[in-house]
Amino acid sequence: MIDVLIILIKIILALVWFLTLTLYLTWVERKESAVIQDRIGANRASILGLRVLGLFQPFADAIKMIFKEDFVPAFANKFLHTLAPFLSFFFVAITISAMPFGDTVRLAGRDISLQIFDANVALLFVLAMLSLAIYGIVLSGWSSRNRYTLLGGMRGAAQLISYEVALGLSLVGVILVFPSLRLQDIVYEQGKLLFGWLPKWGIFLQPLAFLIFLFAALAETKRVPFDLPEGESEIIGFFTEYGGLKWGMFMMTDFMEIIIISCLLTTLFFGGWQVPWLGADGFHFPWGWDWLLPRWLVIILQVAAFNFKVFFFCWFQVLVRWTYPRFRYDQVMDFGWKLLIPLSLFNIMATGLVMSVIR
Amino acid sequence: MIKLLGYFFEIIRGSWITCRHFVVNMWFYTLKVLGIRTKRKGAVTIQYPEEKKEIAPRHRSLHRMMTREDGRPRCVACLLCMTVCPSECIYIEAAEDLDPEVQKYPRKFIIDLSRCCFCGFCVEACPEDAIRMDTGKIEVAAYSREDLIYDLDRLCG
Repeated sequence: MIDVLIILIKIILALVWFLTLTLYLTWVERKESAVIQDRIGANRASILGLRVLGLFQPFADAIKMIFKEDFVPAFANKFLHTLAPFLSFFFVAITISAMPFGDTVRLAGRDISLQIFDANVALLFVLAMLSLAIYGIVLSGWSSRNRYTLLGGMRGAAQLISYEVALGLSLVGVILVFPSLRLQDIVYEQGKLLFGWLPKWGIFLQPLAFLIFLFAALAETKRVPFDLPEGESEIIGFFTEYGGLKWGMFMMTDFMEIIIISCLLTTLFFGGWQVPWLGADGFHFPWGWDWLLPRWLVIILQVAAFNFKVFFFCWFQVLVRWTYPRFRYDQVMDFGWKLLIPLSLFNIMATGLVMSVIR
Repeated sequence: MIKLLGYFFEIIRGSWITCRHFVVNMWFYTLKVLGIRTKRKGAVTIQYPEEKKEIAPRHRSLHRMMTREDGRPRCVACLLCMTVCPSECIYIEAAEDLDPEVQKYPRKFIIDLSRCCFCGFCVEACPEDAIRMDTGKIEVAAYSREDLIYDLDRLCG
């Protein structure tokens, strides 16, 4: 009984964290793009004349989207047309369950892992769910009864499937180095030290895999350098026939994918919730200093470190989105099939060779 | 391969530029929040309804009709502005003036702002310097088309 309660509380907390971050990522996107382009950004939404840097803008957007017409085009398959945004939303939202937010907490004689779903195939689970999100795109493009959205959906499927290969192959190197598919195990492994002073983070062991994963993940989020499936302004994309809250769900899926990609980058390459040289009982610096801390403070520091890293990567992805122009379609395919996949295969070979030599 | 490395270098350079803009602007925003006044601002935005940009002296804004000492319009109804107007938005109905120095005056002088393109030809054509576009009013939007028709009373006032 109490176990079920604990899991329910964990699910609610993780979803609140996830959806709040998603909501405010729209604000971050507006403000960051404004700051990059020497503007101020959305600052007019106010409650009783209180503006607070436009922090109420996401709520204004949400109200606008809720009160818009729920439109289904004529001759469209109504069931599938409604199902598509929910599918793509669900498969991205469920991946948060595998993310480790922190170490195991001992509370009232119970070990509580700060992770909802501690599976030993968590990494495969996340990749599988992210791949299933393609169904939402293809369905939305097909069920709208519009040839242009169908083409957009096909572009999206082609792009996502080809980058899925590079994404999966780049992670093989990581799995070789940290021999586990459990995300919690991978994070524990990254708490160890390399040569006695360098944190054993994925970025130091697998720099090439990090670059490949970063580019493939940017393509997975379907945002600007790789936004051929949508093409908001010029080429017509897969959710052209959607409006109101259903369109909002596609938009939220995009932002949730950014957060999931940031969580994955943090967990796999930047030590997850690990703070450099912070052990279970305090800091142990390689130059011989020890700074012992109480257990609860260590846990808080680790959760804060995880959040900080995730925020940094969200910021970075917004920066990328507001820097680069869109790829041409053949360039996207060339980049994926001719560069990323051979590089990731080479990375697997090199990692295996070095591992066998060391062993 | 070398070409590819060149692209990679340019990609990094591009993100360096946006990153620099972000950091510099955030620095000035932070100084502003801390209450330190700096000459340079974080944004070039003019927040329009509250702050307004200074209008240049030669800016062509809403028309006005100049008046004589006794308050009558300076216009002599020569119809030059009506002739030169490219969007044909001026309508003048002339009448005989009792003063032999003036001879004609406009009974009606109507500018339809919904047609006006603010070219300023009427100002250049006027031999009496009766019509000018120097009021500095640029917010002339209205809810109905009738509100955009300016007659002699509104032009003189």
